[in-house]
Amino acid sequence: MSDDFDWIAAAGRRAKGKRPDYFDDPGLDRLYSMVLAMAAELSALRERNDTVERLLEANGTLRREDIEAFVPDRVVADERGLATRAYVSRIMRGFQQELEAMEADDPPIQHWVDQLAQD
Amino acid sequence: MASDLPPPYTALTRHPMMPRASHDEAARFNFLTHFNRYLSGAIGAGNRLAYEKRVLPRFRAEHGRDPRHRYEIRDAMDRDPWHRAWSAMKRNSMEMRQHNGRQIVLRQLDEIDGMAAQYNARSGLLELDSAIEQPPYQTAVDIHCQPGGYHGGERDGDVAVGANYDVGLFATTGGALGGLNDGGGQAVVEWLRAEHPEWRPRRVLDIGCTVGHNAVPIAQAFPDAEVIAIDTAAASLRYGAARAAGLGVGNIRFVQANGEDLSRWPDGHFDWVQTTMFLHELSATAMPRLLAEANRVLAPGGLILHLEQPQYSDEMPLFEQFMRDWDAFNNNEPFWSAMHAQDLKQVMKDAGFGRDCQFTIGVRAVVDPAIFPPSPDAGEEDFGRAAIWNAYGAWKAIPDAEVRAA
Repeated sequence: MSDDFDWIAAAGRRAKGKRPDYFDDPGLDRLYSMVLAMAAELSALRERNDTVERLLEANGTLRREDIEAFVPDRVVADERGLATRAYVSRIMRGFQQELEAMEADDPPIQHWVDQLAQD
Repeated sequence: MASDLPPPYTALTRHPMMPRASHDEAARFNFLTHFNRYLSGAIGAGNRLAYEKRVLPRFRAEHGRDPRHRYEIRDAMDRDPWHRAWSAMKRNSMEMRQHNGRQIVLRQLDEIDGMAAQYNARSGLLELDSAIEQPPYQTAVDIHCQPGGYHGGERDGDVAVGANYDVGLFATTGGALGGLNDGGGQAVVEWLRAEHPEWRPRRVLDIGCTVGHNAVPIAQAFPDAEVIAIDTAAASLRYGAARAAGLGVGNIRFVQANGEDLSRWPDGHFDWVQTTMFLHELSATAMPRLLAEANRVLAPGGLILHLEQPQYSDEMPLFEQFMRDWDAFNNNEPFWSAMHAQDLKQVMKDAGFGRDCQFTIGVRAVVDPAIFPPSPDAGEEDFGRAAIWNAYGAWKAIPDAEVRAA
């Protein structure tokens, strides 16, 4: 890459057009961006770990170019896909359970505290 | 359980121009593919729930009536904590897709630009016209939150935006467009083969082709046809022409031109005019101008076909219209909302395609089922992004005088 081209800075440039504010506190918008980027990084790291384990298991040793060249077959891809799906499910637990809570419409726990004190 | 898993990024076809993703760059796209499907599927349903359980009741209490327009629903939902958080995640997912794609492309831009220049110098598939200006609807915002839009660049003559579009489309669509992101073009070809097996187009015009991912499958399916793929954006065309050359396709030319002014082609020159997910990138005055030009250059008896997401209609519930509108306000697709609210059949009629020669069909992305699972659909729809489209088409009427003569 040309020495005078800072591809890292260029890659992070914003898209033209005002970004919606999703939360009243702009800090929360920034925090969502950080948490999701870190979630993606951890997912990539877990996938890399899986690649390293498979290469070591198969070859007993490791070359970095083998990591870059690794292409999962259908069976391995499905195993890794399931692992990623389970990972997403873990980090999204709060949202998924909030959805269930919206469906359930439970009364506040105080309701049951009072109720059971009388029954 | 694994049957509906999205494919890994490595399932994409590594055509010669495709920027090479490192192990971790591919893994980041894998996360985004899963995350996008999760957002649209499992927890996307929370939007309807929030609407029915609290947003709609509050609206009724405040206004004494139901919402009358999708914008009223949007104003109310934009105050709902669930919809806010969901939208924030979906927006971030798009921005992360762009960021990851741009890191892949820009760190190897010298190589990619060099290869594109070599292909384009030899193939004869690229014809740029520096007199073509970018229309305001392409420059108002960077469409799809892609920095630089489809026309910008890091330096003169580069292919960064085209390459970035190609590497990341996989993640945006949850891997539903197939190995070459060409499931839309393949779908059109399959429909023609099934419904009009004898029809052989000679000259095809694809308007708003970007990198030609949906025009190339048409050229491949009809090797005797000459396909002209036009766009105003040189940066996308440079990449698209090199991509097509790398795929060994010779019967396509990428020409810099604006669909609103096709004057370089005579009346009735083409027997097929195609647009794929493009009309919503225009504007209220540009769309009818472009369709009238399409009508002019189409030969009598020729086919015009537009692949789009379904238009809003009185029959479509307002909540669904609101959900389908999300990209207009959150993904830099400003004409999406107004375009989908138009009666496209009337717009087509005004452009010269009589209602009696119009038709609509439903098509879904055609992909290799051995590698790619079906796109999520009913009940798990990614409103406005699913690889399932309505095709609005017409066979241009043949004037009575010509029918009698024949």
